[in-house]
Amino acid sequence: MNYIIESLSQVFGNKPSRPSKEEQPEALKAIYKRKVGNLTKADIESARHEHRKTCCNKWTRRRWITIIVVNFLFLVSYKFDVQLLEGAMTASRFVGFHLADLNSALQVMLAYKHVVLNLVIGTTTVFIMWLLLGGRTFCSWVCPYHLLAEWTEMIHVWLVGKKIIKSHTFHRKTRSVFYVIFALMAILSGYTVFETISPTGILSRAIIYGPGVALIWVGILLLFETFVSRRAWCRYVCPIGVTYAVVGTISPLRVTYNAENCHHEGDCRKICEVPHVLDLTIRGRASDINLDVVSDCTRCGMCVDVCPTDSLNFKFKGLDKFL
Amino acid sequence: MTKSTKKKKIVLSKSRRESNRREFIRSAVLTAGVVTLSLAGFIPVVQGTSSRLRPPGALKNLLDEQQFYSSCIKCGQCVQVCPVNAIKLSDLDEGIGIGLPYIDAREQACDFSCDGLQCVLACPTGSLTHDLDYPADTRMGFARMDKPKSCLAVHGKGFKGVARGPDYKGLLRYDEIDRWNPLPVAEHEYDIEICDLCVRQCPIEIRITQCAEKEKQRLEAKSEGKLARVAEQHGNECPPKHAIEMQVIQDRNGLMTMVPAVLDGCVGCGVCEMICPVEGDPAIVVDIDKITDWG
Repeated sequence: MNYIIESLSQVFGNKPSRPSKEEQPEALKAIYKRKVGNLTKADIESARHEHRKTCCNKWTRRRWITIIVVNFLFLVSYKFDVQLLEGAMTASRFVGFHLADLNSALQVMLAYKHVVLNLVIGTTTVFIMWLLLGGRTFCSWVCPYHLLAEWTEMIHVWLVGKKIIKSHTFHRKTRSVFYVIFALMAILSGYTVFETISPTGILSRAIIYGPGVALIWVGILLLFETFVSRRAWCRYVCPIGVTYAVVGTISPLRVTYNAENCHHEGDCRKICEVPHVLDLTIRGRASDINLDVVSDCTRCGMCVDVCPTDSLNFKFKGLDKFL
Repeated sequence: MTKSTKKKKIVLSKSRRESNRREFIRSAVLTAGVVTLSLAGFIPVVQGTSSRLRPPGALKNLLDEQQFYSSCIKCGQCVQVCPVNAIKLSDLDEGIGIGLPYIDAREQACDFSCDGLQCVLACPTGSLTHDLDYPADTRMGFARMDKPKSCLAVHGKGFKGVARGPDYKGLLRYDEIDRWNPLPVAEHEYDIEICDLCVRQCPIEIRITQCAEKEKQRLEAKSEGKLARVAEQHGNECPPKHAIEMQVIQDRNGLMTMVPAVLDGCVGCGVCEMICPVEGDPAIVVDIDKITDWG
């Protein structure tokens, strides 16, 4: 229950809650205390060094392949007329079975003010699918814009590192404001306004049906993210992420944190698309030794990859009991 | 709390407040900017420039396409199933109409090659309404003789050759050659005394002829006392009304001349507009602000 409340609170833009000393169990306090003065820069460096030998970018690789394969499947299904994954990211048929993106379906229902049966089937299927797979998993594992944004994010981080540009942030509540605005615009105007500027829909259609002038808008967004604000669209605007984050609050697939060996050096927070979800890795911020990262997390796995002490891992809640 | 720490706190919160204030302004500007841009998408709709010939069954009432705009989820499944690739998706220049399917009849009309209205069946939201069963149920628009002066028939001219030139990419079903696969118009040569391509290629007229043929067979079989092996036609599978015919009219000089006349059964599929062999603009066009049942 706490997980759901904390997740929703962060999804809608509140700061991660800070546990008071009283709330923290003694065992956790002992762990924090043990590390004071014992963790030197050399320790962290050697942990990083050890870590690099064993792994690297396992999840990023899997994820990029998944994004490319899924979007390629759409294209192949159309070009070679195979009934594998027909349609686009907004709505499709997987081997004939209806799928509908939750946010697109929501926008249509709000604007059209009717519920269509096929859309109910499609949204239910997609809801269950992402419920099992983690909600915002959609963002980092399927959304074509996410992949492009990740690449421009690399340029952005490099430019900031070289002190060529300064990164600007926005208030995270902006995304909730947008969510309400887009919903209201759909209801009041009777048009699916968000779909007009959604880079996810635009890119998906461009990949399948060929490019158009709408790609200029996607280009502008990417330029904005490169030179002005890191991952601005996904962090501060996109309602698709909010919709899936809400689904994710009751998903069993999560990234889980263990404070035992954590060096609190913050490598995970540096690469995270939604770093507020990892505030619990800051020393003194966790409320328990084992904690699940809240549902605004896109389950991209970059923190799992980068963590030098294996303190962050994927887990499927309840599955360990069966295995 | 001592005085010095209190002072320190205020200084800290001041800079903090300043950065918060800046962030708030930035966020407000971002919100205003994105909302303004998305509202700009209404411009083509308000101007009415985004109206187009829509696929069969589109939820619209003449030029009022609001229901169609709102119910369409912009996935393009209708595009994927069309056997003649008549359906295309609008781009961002149509504003909020982005991703909506349309048909450019002159380039490739809907010729009902699929018979079963595949686009309607494929639509996941019923934006192409599932109330339709047969081509004759559709109300896409209504054909109109736009330029009688350029119509070959009006001038008593025939037509010889391929309808739209050898480079034309469009497809059309030629039932008598291949019932199941639409063929390139550029491969089909005509040689007719008085041009009547718009009438002879009209899918509704073709279907009426086929139905009449079948009905004749059925009656013959019945009169010969055989079991009727030809299935009975029902519903609108056979179009109830004619869509277009050649009419004889008297021109100003009192001479008799032929002209194609659009009739009540026209569904606005656009095949006449597509096949019209006149170079440049076709003599006959489809209007989207008129439909059969419209007064």
